[in-house]
Order: sequence, then structure tokens, then C-alpha cells
Amino acid sequence: MDKPVVAECSALHHDYGSTPALAGIDLTLHGGRVTALLGPNGAGKTTLIHLLLGILSVQRGKISLFGDLEPGRTEAQRRIGVMLQASGVQDNLTVSELLALFASFYPEPDSQIGLLDELDLVDLADRRFDRLSGGQKQRALFALAVVGRPDWLILDEPTTGLDPAARRILWRAIEARRRAGVSILLCTHFMDEAQKLADHVVVLDRGRVLDQGSPDAIRRRVPSDRILARTALPKEKLRTLPAVQAVHAGEDRVEILSRRGIDTVRALLAADDTVDDLEVAGADLETAFLALTDSAQPEQEAA
Amino acid sequence: MNAANPSIQLIRAQWLNLLRTPAYTLPTLLFPVMFYVFFGLLMLRGQSLWLLCTFATFGVMGAALFSFGVSIATERAQGWLLLLRASPAPVSAVIAGKAFGALLFAIVIVVMMAALAAAFGEVRLETSQWLGLAGILTLGALPFCLMGLALGLWLSPNAAPAVLNIVYLPLGFLSGLWIPSTVFPGWLQSVAEWLPPYHLAALALDITGAKPADWGHSLAVLGVFGLVFAVMTALGWRRLAGVS
Repeated sequence: MDKPVVAECSALHHDYGSTPALAGIDLTLHGGRVTALLGPNGAGKTTLIHLLLGILSVQRGKISLFGDLEPGRTEAQRRIGVMLQASGVQDNLTVSELLALFASFYPEPDSQIGLLDELDLVDLADRRFDRLSGGQKQRALFALAVVGRPDWLILDEPTTGLDPAARRILWRAIEARRRAGVSILLCTHFMDEAQKLADHVVVLDRGRVLDQGSPDAIRRRVPSDRILARTALPKEKLRTLPAVQAVHAGEDRVEILSRRGIDTVRALLAADDTVDDLEVAGADLETAFLALTDSAQPEQEAA
Repeated sequence: MNAANPSIQLIRAQWLNLLRTPAYTLPTLLFPVMFYVFFGLLMLRGQSLWLLCTFATFGVMGAALFSFGVSIATERAQGWLLLLRASPAPVSAVIAGKAFGALLFAIVIVVMMAALAAAFGEVRLETSQWLGLAGILTLGALPFCLMGLALGLWLSPNAAPAVLNIVYLPLGFLSGLWIPSTVFPGWLQSVAEWLPPYHLAALALDITGAKPADWGHSLAVLGVFGLVFAVMTALGWRRLAGVS
């Protein structure tokens, strides 16, 4: 049986002046799962989130939340918890003052003591927000997002700037919400995060939905091999090798995405006898994401 | 069911912000009082009553402009306003919290100046006149709150303090709040009569018996001024929501 729909967007367009940010989004977000929203910078992810939250007004198209609610309506907002990439707080308030403030916005808030404990914030409860470290701030912002016991949690790059230990604390907290049946929209640039947490992936590029499905389905959709190597050949030459889909320059190795890795490797070794540090692997989510967004680029430029 | 009232919590947060920002709070309260001490009590002793009315107007105008203008611009830039708009917070309570803060500042400024005027400037008024003075100046701060709110929604946090000072100081001077407009050249007096602070001071001067005022005219000027900035506030809010 299909899970309930938390949000439905149809023919959604949004422009900033003459610059289009969303160019016709049709998207249904089902509840009870983690949906990762992936896309390069400028893909329209934050615009879409701001429209879902009612921070931006819909210019063209339609959004319905929880069946029939418009974004920005208090009834909808009471069911949504949010952690925004560009949001801050009144930073001379303490963590517990902020938590009490946000708890007051919701009809049946969660236990503030329990949240402080879960997010390792107990010793920081009386510390002002502006005196927290980056990781502590992110955990406090997550606590504000979930204190209202939301049905739908929208997280815009929640782990950016966090060290591995702090990331793990947030991942555990996100997984706990998913197990409790909370629907989650996770916008992230970290593919390992999407791979680990998401049940469903939506790839956005240039204001359009390029693809969507489970992380495994997305990976399989791109029958790519990923070749890493140190080579003297320039990117332009590498692109002409057989079966190559995309080439990305890394710090010391290039990454080549190929439809048939074996053919590309043979040609590469024939063209450059200085090739070193060669590694071939199957596609992961990141590879698939890069292949999808790269292959969309020329088509859309030509359009 | 949650017993905490979100509006009260938001107003409390605004006030905690004021208490924890003495670098803003103390100059806002003391700057106009200091001016009154210099001009009204030390230099022009015979004008203590007149200058009480005009410098108190200057003080409440500053508290209203800065408590809205700078803080809204800063909260917009730091993303606080964005987070509140995304949450079910009653945003009207954010505005109400700031308005209460500005009005509290207005009362404190008027009370401090009145106490100094009575103690050192030999200003003597009936109780009803003291209360009327405090009342009109406190309520008279509201149009300036709207002006601060509108500017805060349109200006960047870096531009807000500079622009507000450029507005605040000349507006105070040209409205005859530092030097009575009666000593201005004729053309400058005509300019003063169009400015809202001139009319708020005129009402304060009338209540204290220093100079009679045309209440209808002054209230109309203050009302139109408030309405213009209410419209600018509404447009600024729509701009935040990306409505073209």
C-alpha cells in the first residue's frame, strides 16, 4: 500500500527576477520515509524547500501539504519541523531558553530534557548559542527542529561543517525519527549520508527533477564504472576515450565515468604509458549523481 | 497540551535580548538624556520645559527607530526571521515584543528626563500633565516604530545603522528638537512644519502648557506618516516572500 502523501507539487515554477530557479517541478513526497533531495549548487533545492515551508510564495503551479493544506498555513507549520541551511537564532539566548521558546510554538512538544540528553547537549543547556561550537550549534538547531514532534522533518544540509562524531550523533537522531514514523526530507551534498539514510532519492538539476527512486535504483540506472587514475592526459583527451561519460579532475587523480570500464581502461593504458595508481570500481550513488547531472547539462544547454 | 504561551515566550526573548545587549541599550537610553542635561539643564536653563518636551521626543523617536530598524535588519541577515517564518511562531508577537521594548524605552527616557527636569531644571507640572506627557510621547513612538520596521525590512544589516543615523539626527534637528524651530529662517520653519517629530513635540509642548498646538493637524500628520510606513512594511514583507 502507498504511504500517505506529505507533499504534492505540480507544475511548480519559481523565478528570481528573470532568473528561473524552478522550471516545472512535478513531485510527490510520500510519508514515513527519508527522501534525500540531491542536486548541485543552484539546482533549486533551497527554493523548493522555502516554497514547501511557505517562506516563499508560490508564483506558478501548486503545492498541497498533508492532503489539502497550503504551505505557510499554521496548521501545516505545526506538523513540520525545520532546520534550514541559512537560518540562525537570536544568539544571546541559551540552548534551554531557545528550546523552551520553540516548544511553546507546538501543541504537544517533546520532553526538552530528553532531547538535550539525546543530542548530547545537557552540559550546554545554559550556554548562550553564540558561545557554542559549530557542531554544538547544529545539534541545538536540530533539537529546535524536532521539539514539536513533527510529522514531517525538513533538514537542509544538517551536517555541513560537522566532524565525524557530531555527524554520527545527528545521523542516529535522524534514524530514530524515521523508526518512529516521521517523514523526512533531507537535502544534502554528502552522498554517503544520502546512501546511509535515504529510502528514496530525488535528483534535482536546474530547477527540474532529473530522476528519482531508491538509492539502489538510482545507482543501477547509471551503468557506469568509476575509474580513478593518475595520468598525463588532459581532460579533453580523456573525454574522447571509448565509452567515457564524464571526467572530473580530483586532487591528484582524475575520475572517469565509463559505460564499459574495461574498454576505457584499455584505451587509457594504450594512450598513456605513465598511468599510475589505477583503480576501477562499480558506480556508487555519488558516481550515479555525477553522471546524471553531467549528462543533463548539454541537453539543457542546447534546449 | 502545551501550557506555554508562544507570544509571551517571544516577547520574553525580545526583552532578554535587550537586557543582554547593554552596548545597544545603554546608549539608546542615555544619549538623549545626556543631550538634555547639556542643553536643557546646563546651557539653556530658562528653556528647561521646552527642551524637556523636544529632547524627550528625540529620545523616544530614536528608541523606536533603532529597536526596530537595526534589530529587524540584523535578524533578517542572521536567518532568525527566516526560521520564525518557517515555524508556527506568531510573527505578530515578534513585532509586538519589539514594540513593547520600544515603548518601555520611551517611558524610561521620559521618566529619567522628567526627574532631571524637576530636580535640576525647576520644571513644575501638574500630575495630569506629567502623565499626559509620558502618555503622548509613548504612544507617539508608534509611527516611528513603523518607520523603523519598514527600514529594517528594506535595509541590509550593514546599511541599517548608518541610514538610520542619517535619518534620525537631521530629522531631529530639522524638526526643531535641538534648537526651537522659531529661531530657524522662515523657509526652514516651513520644512519643520511638515516633519512628524515636530508634530509629536508640538503635542508634548501643548500638554505641558509651553505652547498651544493644533491637535487635529498634528495627529493627522503623524497618522499619515505612520500609514506610509505601514504600507512600506507590508511591501517589505511581501518582498521577503518573493512576491513580485
